Order: sequence, then structure tokens, then C-alpha cells
Amino acid sequence: MADASTTTTEHAVAPRQGWQSFAAEWASDQRAFKNASWGKVMMWIFLLSDTFIFSCFLLSYMTVRMSTTVPWPNPSEVFALEIGGKPVPLLLIAIMTFDLISSSGTMAMAVNYGYRRDRRKTVALILATAVFGASFVGMQGFEWTKLIGEGVRPWSNPWGADQFGSCFFMITGFHGTHVTIGVIFLLITARKVWRGDYDNQTPGFFTSRKGRYENVEIMGLYWHFVDLVWVFIFAFFYLW
Amino acid sequence: MSHAATANQAIERADGQQHPIKLYLVVWGWLFVLSTCSYLIDYFGLQGYLRWSLIVLFMILKAGLIVAVFMHMAWERLTLIYAILLPPIAVLVFVGIMVFEANYTLFTRLNFFSIGS
Repeated sequence: MADASTTTTEHAVAPRQGWQSFAAEWASDQRAFKNASWGKVMMWIFLLSDTFIFSCFLLSYMTVRMSTTVPWPNPSEVFALEIGGKPVPLLLIAIMTFDLISSSGTMAMAVNYGYRRDRRKTVALILATAVFGASFVGMQGFEWTKLIGEGVRPWSNPWGADQFGSCFFMITGFHGTHVTIGVIFLLITARKVWRGDYDNQTPGFFTSRKGRYENVEIMGLYWHFVDLVWVFIFAFFYLW
Repeated sequence: MSHAATANQAIERADGQQHPIKLYLVVWGWLFVLSTCSYLIDYFGLQGYLRWSLIVLFMILKAGLIVAVFMHMAWERLTLIYAILLPPIAVLVFVGIMVFEANYTLFTRLNFFSIGS
């Protein structure tokens, strides 16, 4: 069976401990990442490349914020919401943060129930994740509408350094796009779990590889990454 | 059940991540606590190095929990961990370069913008 050979017995090199195992696997003419599956490794490498993209956005934001002679707008006031006539700092952003963390929680449990072959709970949890994700995008739409209404543009804003707008739209926009794509793929994954594609090993329409519950975990890797990026955006853009 | 299906299930059980649900709920709870702490930094208006060090501390703790537990990195083989977690160190070098560059740009702007005025 082709699948078995890719995941088991490849002991060309004697197993080593610690960082020597890292060196041994890369140095010899053989497959690295022995028992890690193709799909998972590819998703991790994609996420690594995505890490560099988001890093570059945050880096350019850092560079323009450090080098401008005009004061930077205070995010605590810019993103405040009025509750009963009193401004509460960063309220919407805090709600969005908790929303995204909750979606990560439900996704992690969906992966777990998938491996337990509990289709009903897996589908319910993936759909809950998608709902959290969609509401995140909705709140972001509200935030954008509010800021555009207040006169924020990529080239100017009423409160300070002009670069604020371009950084804001670029960073949150790119992150929001990731969330939106994630929601779409969550719905596709939920449908596949519901149909039993991963129980029956139905080949995927694009890769033609056998459907397995590991696909839910790979979907989860992407989703947790979106949450992970938000952790950094929240810290560097909204709190700093 | 056919032999192939049994073998496939055995493989999935072997490398498929199996952890108690409680683990995820505990991590979820911690992420809520840490996010609340980050938010409170801004709510109470802490400033200066205290603010920045707390922001980075809570950020790293949250990112660590998500990568290690939710993304199962803690249970992956070492080769994969190194291959994914070491390259971002290059980003830190880049940060260092750009801090240097940004300070220089600020210096030139302060110098030359003030000549005209």
C-alpha cells in the first residue's frame, strides 16, 4: 500500500537524539520530515512563507512609524467606541480578539473530534469556527466603515502621520482577506466531513489524494495561523 | 473491514493527534486571560518600557500557546520544528536593520526639514 510506505519504516539512518537528528535527516540523501505527512509539511511551509509576508508588512509599518517627524495617531483613541456617551478604548478590537481566539478553540476541538470519527461534532465545531470567522470579518467591515467615515484615507487622516492609513488598510485588509478565504475553506471542509468523504477516502477534486481526517487538521493549521497573525497585529498595531 | 482500511486507520491513530479535549479548553482559557491582560495594558494606559515589555510578553505567551498546542507543534518531530521555527529568526535580523535605517531617515529628516524653516 502506497500510503503506508510514506508514513512508516524508513530507517536508513540510525535514529539520533536532539539537534543531531535534525542534522542527520537534512545531511543525507533521503526524505526529511520522515513521518510527517506531505500535506502537513506543505501547509507548514506555506505558513512560513506567509509569516514572511506579514512580517514585511509589520516591518514597513515599524519603519514608517519610527522615521516620521509627525506624531503617530493614538490607536487607543482612534479605535475607541462610545458606550453610554463615554469612550471605551479599543473595545471593538478586544471583542474581535476574543472572537478569533474562540474560533481557534472550536477549530482545535473540531480536529480532535475528527480523529475520533465523530462526524456530527466535527461538522458542528467547524461551522461554529466559520461563524466566528464571518463575524470577525463583519466587525472589521464595521471598523473600516467607521474609519473611512471619519476621513481616514491611505494618504491622509485627521489625527497625525499620513502613513497611518496606508499601514492600517494594508495590514488589516490582508489579514481580513486571509480570514475570508479561511471561512470559505472551512465551509468546504465541513461539507466534506458531512458527506463522509474522509471516512470513505473520497479523492479530492484538485489533488486526487484520498480524503482523510488529517485534512481537517491541515485546515486547522491555516486557521490557527490566521489567529496567530492577529496576535501580532493586535500587539504591534493596536496596542503599541 | 478490509485489510487496507485497518492499516490506514492504524496509521492515522499512530500519527493523528490524540489529546484530551480538556487540554484545548485549558489553553483556550489561558488565551482569554492573556488577551484580557493585553487589553488591560491599554485600558489602564500604562506607558513607556513597562507597556512595551508587557505587550511583547503577553504576545509571545499567546503565540507560543497557539503554535505549541493548537497547531500541535509540540508533538511534531524535531526536524520539522527547526525547519519552521528557525527561519523567522531572519525576520529579527531584518528588524534590526530597519531600526537602524529608520533612525537614520528620522535623523536626516530632522536635519534637512529644519533648514528650510
